[in-house]
Amino acid sequence: MDLTATTTVLAPPEEVYAFWRRLEVLPQFMAHLEQVRTTGERTSRWRASAPFGRSVEWDAEVVDDVPGERITWTSVGDADVRNEGTVRFTPAPGDRGTEVRVTLRYDLPGGVLAQAVAKYFGEDPHQQLDDDLRRLKQVLETGEVVRSDGAPGGKRARGEFPQHAAQPLTREELAELRREEVPA
Amino acid sequence: MRAVVWKGRNSVAVEEVPDPTVLSARDAIVRVTSTAICGSDLHLVDGYIPSMQEGDVLGHEFMGEVVEVGPGVDPAKLAVGDRVVVPFPIACGGCAACRAGLWSCCENSNPNAGIAEKLFGHPVAGIFGYSHLTGGFAGGQAEYVRVPFADVGPLKVGPELTDEQVLFLTDVLPTGWMGAEMCDISPGDVVAVWGAGPVGQLAADSARVLGAHEVVVIDKEDYRLRMAADAGHRTLDFEGVDVRSALLDITGGRGPDRCIDAVGAEAVHGSPHIHAYDRVKQAVRSETERPHALRQAITCCRSGGVVSVVGVYGGMIDKFPAGAWMNRSLTLRTGQTHVHRYLRPLLERIERGEIDPTRIITHRMPLTDAVRGYELFKTKSDGCEKVVLTP
Repeated sequence: MDLTATTTVLAPPEEVYAFWRRLEVLPQFMAHLEQVRTTGERTSRWRASAPFGRSVEWDAEVVDDVPGERITWTSVGDADVRNEGTVRFTPAPGDRGTEVRVTLRYDLPGGVLAQAVAKYFGEDPHQQLDDDLRRLKQVLETGEVVRSDGAPGGKRARGEFPQHAAQPLTREELAELRREEVPA
Repeated sequence: MRAVVWKGRNSVAVEEVPDPTVLSARDAIVRVTSTAICGSDLHLVDGYIPSMQEGDVLGHEFMGEVVEVGPGVDPAKLAVGDRVVVPFPIACGGCAACRAGLWSCCENSNPNAGIAEKLFGHPVAGIFGYSHLTGGFAGGQAEYVRVPFADVGPLKVGPELTDEQVLFLTDVLPTGWMGAEMCDISPGDVVAVWGAGPVGQLAADSARVLGAHEVVVIDKEDYRLRMAADAGHRTLDFEGVDVRSALLDITGGRGPDRCIDAVGAEAVHGSPHIHAYDRVKQAVRSETERPHALRQAITCCRSGGVVSVVGVYGGMIDKFPAGAWMNRSLTLRTGQTHVHRYLRPLLERIERGEIDPTRIITHRMPLTDAVRGYELFKTKSDGCEKVVLTP
């Protein structure tokens, strides 16, 4: 399964590259990622949410890294779902910032878990990656992922309807929101 | 706290809901001192704007006192105790659209941008109390409201002006003003304004301030036309006269140089047959708007003129007079109001007495009477033009 998405961020390529290169930040805006932990100069351990409250983990390695231009990473070892990704940063014309283009490839050979993951991504996985990049833009241009009463969960707001009503959350809902956001 | 809540199509109620809290670092919580019912609230209440949910708090025209700020708000920009008016679009201040002054097209303030994009092709900004398509933000017809990006939008105002003098900076005054500004009015221009609701009235006043030779306001409600006439504008009752002929007569056959649609999606046509055509298409959802005012504005406008649209549209229209538009070199300009642009300049015009937006207020009542306010405004009863609510 190949996914691509693009956005333009009002910041220089070097800055957007530097943000992304700290892979630990990816879960801030990528909905399915729970944690990315750096384990070496080029290696990292990734954990993503999977169906039925489970998560999947894998090790990844940066295999191509051109500061200010692109980063490519790939899963290594016996990852449950082999995957790789590339992000490219190019200057947008006329001081419009940086065009960010992401390609993700998931190797889904037909195993039960792979099928479940494919299903988990839903009928429109491109929309998810689009929303991920929208949140990247929010973080870089405003400092954080935008929240409303209808979509209070930040990156977990998948735009699913019906949402929470556009009225303030109850104490209990707020407590639950904060519990869910404690990094695991 | 108490708030005006959408209960379903044509149903609002004043209910107890939780108090808002700071959710994001750049939030402020504002204690609302005055809020108003807007014509576009009626579009929401009767279900013409999609994606309302039961329990949504309404209201995007509100002002009040800052009672809490998030840790990300620069105290030099906004602090507890400040008296503020809050623009109806929510804008981050950091994206390309905000930097270009297109505040209502903010690229970051709508958490449901992906949904808006499907309907509109590109996303639109978040708006307070204005459906989930524009973010699902609780509105300001309430005792308190959460204001995101509070270091960008709210305008601080001093104690010299009353709430009523500055409240309409939140929406209808800048909306009317932008409607007139988009016309690029030149000396000698006759400006025709469709709709004598609050936005139409203030668009007419703005057109005069911007140098129009004459302003003609078109509506069918006597009391609204009288209000426009009392403010010094010429008026036309579209049920009593043929609008195109009357405008040709006024302009020596040229047609109005500039036309402003301050009506939008729920226009009423002078001919019951044409109204019925669009009403039926709306009912079966093959068209979402009744664009009579827009069609008539395009047809009436002189060749090479400008048609400026500030009436609200949410979806698709049928029978757009593309031939008139194209063959007669008309310019069509529009937008949700970029309120932030106009706050300070219009505040100064209010201070100098060039514009008095308070003239549109006909009803004042406590927030708890909001249901009656909505009813009066919707049914145009009791001479209702603008309802101001106090929590």
